[in-house]
Amino acid sequence: MIAHAIFFYTFSVIAVVSAIMVTASKNTVHSVFFLILDFISISCLFIMIGAEFLGMIMLIVYVGAVAVLFLFVVMMLNVAQQKNQWFAGQQSSKHIPVGLIISTLIFVEVIIVIGGWKYKPEIFDINNSIAQTSISNTHSLGQILYTDYIHVFQISGMILLVAMVGAIVLTFRQRSGLKRQSYIKQISRERAEGVEVLEVQSNKGVKIDD
Amino acid sequence: MEYLNIVFHEVYKILFLLIPVLVSVAMIVWLDRRVWAFVQKRQGPNVVGPFGLLQSLADALKYIFKEIIIPSSSNKVIFILAPIVTMTLALIAWAVIPFSATQVLADINVGILYLFAVSSLGVYGIIMGGWASNSKYPFLGAIRSAAQMVSYEVSIGVIIINVLLCVGSLNLNDIVIAQQNMWFVIPLFPMFVIFFISALAETNRPPFDLPEAEAELVAGYQTEYSGMMYAMFWLGEYANILLMCAMGAILFLGGWMSPIDVYPFTLVPGAIWLILKILLLFILFALVKAIVPRYRYDQLMRLGWKVFLPLSLIWVVLTASYLFYFNLLPVN
Repeated sequence: MIAHAIFFYTFSVIAVVSAIMVTASKNTVHSVFFLILDFISISCLFIMIGAEFLGMIMLIVYVGAVAVLFLFVVMMLNVAQQKNQWFAGQQSSKHIPVGLIISTLIFVEVIIVIGGWKYKPEIFDINNSIAQTSISNTHSLGQILYTDYIHVFQISGMILLVAMVGAIVLTFRQRSGLKRQSYIKQISRERAEGVEVLEVQSNKGVKIDD
Repeated sequence: MEYLNIVFHEVYKILFLLIPVLVSVAMIVWLDRRVWAFVQKRQGPNVVGPFGLLQSLADALKYIFKEIIIPSSSNKVIFILAPIVTMTLALIAWAVIPFSATQVLADINVGILYLFAVSSLGVYGIIMGGWASNSKYPFLGAIRSAAQMVSYEVSIGVIIINVLLCVGSLNLNDIVIAQQNMWFVIPLFPMFVIFFISALAETNRPPFDLPEAEAELVAGYQTEYSGMMYAMFWLGEYANILLMCAMGAILFLGGWMSPIDVYPFTLVPGAIWLILKILLLFILFALVKAIVPRYRYDQLMRLGWKVFLPLSLIWVVLTASYLFYFNLLPVN
């Protein structure tokens, strides 16, 4: 039990500190690295409460794919500079009310959940349904997800798909003058049409391009 | 005191796994160069030790005594962290590889997901190294590898789903035992081919070694590294290749199972069979390196997204429908 507590506090301290560092660090790329550290320690916490599937999926999806793309974008755009300019200028004060509203909402939500869990624990009685059976976390997730909650599952999939298509449509713009490569053309090119053997007459030369 | 004993026992087990892995990584580098040389009718490294077996040891000594150069404009912490991350991630994945029904360090329920997660984290070593070097070639190499590895992970994930449909468990030992009657390479042969090619791309092996394409990017993300830090990148890369081979052997070639379930073959311990299968796959990796020219970057992306992903998705539908229609779905 002591070992469990030690591990729990290690991971949760790392998670909280790195979450603070995400916002506190000046360099944006460092922020992303701290975000990754945060994700990893949270997935460790998931594994510690027995949600091994969730922890692994967290690693694969968030750390293995989403954060890589974050890093990719942050490295490509030189955001570090822009961020500093932005803070120096007066633009940042305009966005403070929006940020305040959103953070208050999140705070109230957290209070409701934690308060409810503290005073009415029977509402959040998930432990009885899962922990007391001998099947593993992954099995029970699979059994519930594709039977009882199949519609919710599919709807959330559709929402993600729509969001993805929407993002692509919004950022897509047709540029003229792009040179495209056609693989069929490249592969099906024969010697006969690629090479031409000519007798070069002196003082006349050959026409290269037409 | 009892607690300490458990800890020491675990450390002993970990060392018993890691030291052979590290030694075999050194040997596999030699094998890679030998196979490569033989395909091209050369001798390859044959001077140090019998058949040149100690070549990697000599190389390692050379790297240890070389000076570690840290570029003055680099981001030093991340620059030093990058090879460590690569090496660590390449080694921690071996914890779940089963060498026989009982010989496995951590027999966790979600073994295959763990393997997949660790191999998808491998990209960070490269990105960190490329970015922290603060130089153009490493950065370009890192960006390339990020895009490449993320793309090919997707198809590897879908291929894993194919196998899991036939197994009904995420535990690696269960996956091996499910292949008792028939290795998955037979019913899922197209998936095996796609897995093999995606593994080449995932480990940045030729013909997909664009992150370090020496003709364009000097050495890609490794350009600014020297001495032991370069060697760590190098070891991590080969440990990753071995890991991908082990993953292929477990998913498709029956892991530690003997090829035929007859008397003299079953006497051979499972670890030997697994090592033989890993070696077979690795020799294929080395052959590919020797005989195939490098892909162009747009062709690489096209292959990953437009060919492999649809193919493996279609195969998931086919496998699932087949299993469902003939009532073969593993239910437990």
